[in-house]
Amino acid sequence: MADTIIRMNGKRVSASPGHSVLDVARKNKIFIPTLCDNPQLKPAGYCRVCLVEDLISGRLITACDTVASSGMDISTESPRVLNARCRMLELILMNHPETCVICEKGNTCELRQLASGYGLALTSEDRIGCLEAIVDANPFIHRDLSKCIGCQICVRACREIQGAEAIEFTGKGLRGRPLVAGGGELSGSACELCGLCVSLCPVGALMERPTSHRGIEDRSAAVICPYCGVGCSLYLEVRDNEIIGVRAGVPGSVNGPSLCVKGRYGLDYVGHTDRLTQALVRKDGELTEVSWEEALDLVAKRLGGIIKKHGPDGVGVLASAKVTNEENYLIQKFARAVIGTNNVDHCARL
Amino acid sequence: MTNSLKDVGQADVILLTGTNTVENHPVIAQMIKTAALSGDTKLIVVDPRDISMARYAEIRLRPGPGTDVAWLNGMAQVIISEGLWDKEFVEKRTEGFEEFRRSAKEYTPDLVHEITGIRPAELRKAARLYASAPSAAIYYAMGITQHVTGTDNVMAIANLAMLTGNIGRPGTGVNPLRGQNNVQGACDLGALPNVFPGYQKVADDTVRKKFEKAWGVKLPARPGLTVVEMLDAAGRGDIHAMYVIGENPVLTDPDANHVEAALEKLDFLVVQDIFLTETAEYADVVLPSSASVEKEGTFTNTERLVQRTRAAVEPPGNARSDMEIITDLAGRMGYEQKRTEPAEVMKEIASITPSYAGISYNRLARRGLRWPCTDGKHRGTKILHGKKFARGKGRFHPVDYIEPDEMPDKKYPFILTTGRILYHFHSGSMSRRSRPLKEYVDHGSAEINPSDARCLGIREGSPIRVNSRRGSVDTTTRISSRSPQGVVFMNFHFAEQPVNKLTNPALDKAGKIPELKVCAVSIESL
Ligand code: SF4
Ligand code: SF4
Repeated sequence: MADTIIRMNGKRVSASPGHSVLDVARKNKIFIPTLCDNPQLKPAGYCRVCLVEDLISGRLITACDTVASSGMDISTESPRVLNARCRMLELILMNHPETCVICEKGNTCELRQLASGYGLALTSEDRIGCLEAIVDANPFIHRDLSKCIGCQICVRACREIQGAEAIEFTGKGLRGRPLVAGGGELSGSACELCGLCVSLCPVGALMERPTSHRGIEDRSAAVICPYCGVGCSLYLEVRDNEIIGVRAGVPGSVNGPSLCVKGRYGLDYVGHTDRLTQALVRKDGELTEVSWEEALDLVAKRLGGIIKKHGPDGVGVLASAKVTNEENYLIQKFARAVIGTNNVDHCARL
Repeated sequence: MTNSLKDVGQADVILLTGTNTVENHPVIAQMIKTAALSGDTKLIVVDPRDISMARYAEIRLRPGPGTDVAWLNGMAQVIISEGLWDKEFVEKRTEGFEEFRRSAKEYTPDLVHEITGIRPAELRKAARLYASAPSAAIYYAMGITQHVTGTDNVMAIANLAMLTGNIGRPGTGVNPLRGQNNVQGACDLGALPNVFPGYQKVADDTVRKKFEKAWGVKLPARPGLTVVEMLDAAGRGDIHAMYVIGENPVLTDPDANHVEAALEKLDFLVVQDIFLTETAEYADVVLPSSASVEKEGTFTNTERLVQRTRAAVEPPGNARSDMEIITDLAGRMGYEQKRTEPAEVMKEIASITPSYAGISYNRLARRGLRWPCTDGKHRGTKILHGKKFARGKGRFHPVDYIEPDEMPDKKYPFILTTGRILYHFHSGSMSRRSRPLKEYVDHGSAEINPSDARCLGIREGSPIRVNSRRGSVDTTTRISSRSPQGVVFMNFHFAEQPVNKLTNPALDKAGKIPELKVCAVSIESL
């Protein structure tokens, strides 16, 4: 099928078959705000923040789930659109609790970003009280469903991306809430605590624990997860040489937006106080701190002595499934070329 | 893996066996689950335990532990006797079929039922589903390999894939899932006793000459010892010193009492790690190294994908990278390692390793490359054995069912099988030092079938002692029908419950893998 031509904000633009009005806008760098849209999920049309006007029919339509068809003349910024969009946002804000001001999601909250963009604040009329309790049911996830805006991204991601179907959406629209499928708590359900829902929630309803403010990262780096052999990529957010956040979504990665519980929540061992920081040598039965010089000289001398006395095959080297390729290369080279033995292995079989 | 993770969704049928994917390779499990939910991919899950992947399965088989050759041969028997095999593929691309056909013949569904407990009708259904799919893939992990018949099991899997022509195309293949983040890379780069980097044999004179020239020294020709063999040799007094980097054999190797005795016996033990592990307690020298997120380098994942990893944080105190330590030490022992930057070391690797020849840091900057990648223009290899096998024709290897080395008896009436859980990893040295993971799960347990628990008179949480011929471990009971009757499952993450005091160090002859998945134990209530 050929592309169709539509008008958007007065300009002629082409739309690929099946693309939504939102897709076309994005391709042409025209901004349409959204809350329940995520490019990795099927469009839903729940939040109605992406309303645009078709000037031909005079109708307001949701851009995310309306397919662009020929003859459309779309305005993304007409007075009617702006008015309706602000009403939608106000409605959401009206249902939002006052704890917003101290919410740790801060300015990364997509609702707050849009509200401030449109000059809206929490409105005081008809505030629906914060009925739901804040839940820290497990060590990974902090839940405050009074902030939920009903976008269902969490539920959709759990089904469409994760394939777990551990949570389902109960109730309708702004008053609906994600709940554990079949009731009960997350632990003991089909949930694998992968944290995908938390990473995609646009507001502060689902957040990572601990929630105390750890500041904004001063750098981030893409690393490979140190745990299993899947080879997921993740960004580590670092502040003052401390890991303060973990994010998926590294371009070209194996895992896309996904990680498992270990990759997403289990990297804090790196900064554990048990880390070895000094070479140790056993003296009078006790491991005692020494300089690198002393430790390495001792190793060289003792290994040298054993090689002389028993031959190189009197030494065995275990390389590691945790160190890099370059390091494994150098370790086996050390065994073979420096010690002179093929006694080198690692726990591939364990 | 012969194939890549990108084509999980292209399989019409996926046969999962010996892999508790949800807990061991969670993100691959996610790919398989979404494929299954889409309705385009059907799953056959074969595992003694009722693992959570079974929820997504079209067909579910639960053979007794250690009976894999029997049911795999049984599938082949059904496929051959019903004429469902890929005649063209077998004819053109394989050899040894007739011999295989003869050997598989006796594995009738009835015999398989007797050995494995799988009902004949179920076996037939699974065989038909696998054989009739346009493309079918097999994924497996340690549940297949950690047996004295591990190599046979893998061959039986390869036989099945060749028989049905499920090799060399998207959505097919024989796909082992590797456990640790760089176990594939460690093998690729020659951290094995019989091969140099790129699986080039140390015993091959031409290969050795090449490495001697590149490294400027004379090299030993005789293959060395594997981990388990080294520890045995240490126990006998044939190995006098060990240098252990980032491994924790006290918790991960079979028959831990034996491992500890061997380490005690060494004249000299160096342990290089980021934490003072259970193994480091035996060391004469402990060298503090840096964690993987503190280094520049590359890792190779289970699908042969070589990827860059970057230094995100600085190592603490005086810790140094393994690379720095080993080159420094080599220097002190009279060998100068000239290239010391990771990118430069990769150049050295590429110059002598054909399968990594085309890999360089420049090329890896934006995305990973799958080996073989044979020159600077080669785009990597998504699927192995596309047009032909590495050795030309694929060879069928007839294999016969043999019982596990140690079967239950009067004194030790249960089968113990070991593995991991989702929330922890390997010996726990990393995951148990993660605050949330530790808070969530911080003790081991033994998973026991409800009817066994009733017979033993134990309840959820009851303290029990599990005994084998090699040792005893105290733990608590977890009652779950995930374990079949007569089988106990324990994980090896917790030093307080050192499961490997119980396991059997009997090795698979070819693969030298210990039989960690089956040993005989008894259970007593405490
Ligand atoms: S919890 Fe977050 S992601 Fe889920 S429906 Fe509510 S706002 Fe959306
Ligand atoms: S995030 Fe989970 S699945 Fe991915 S590599 Fe890490 S441990 Fe494996």
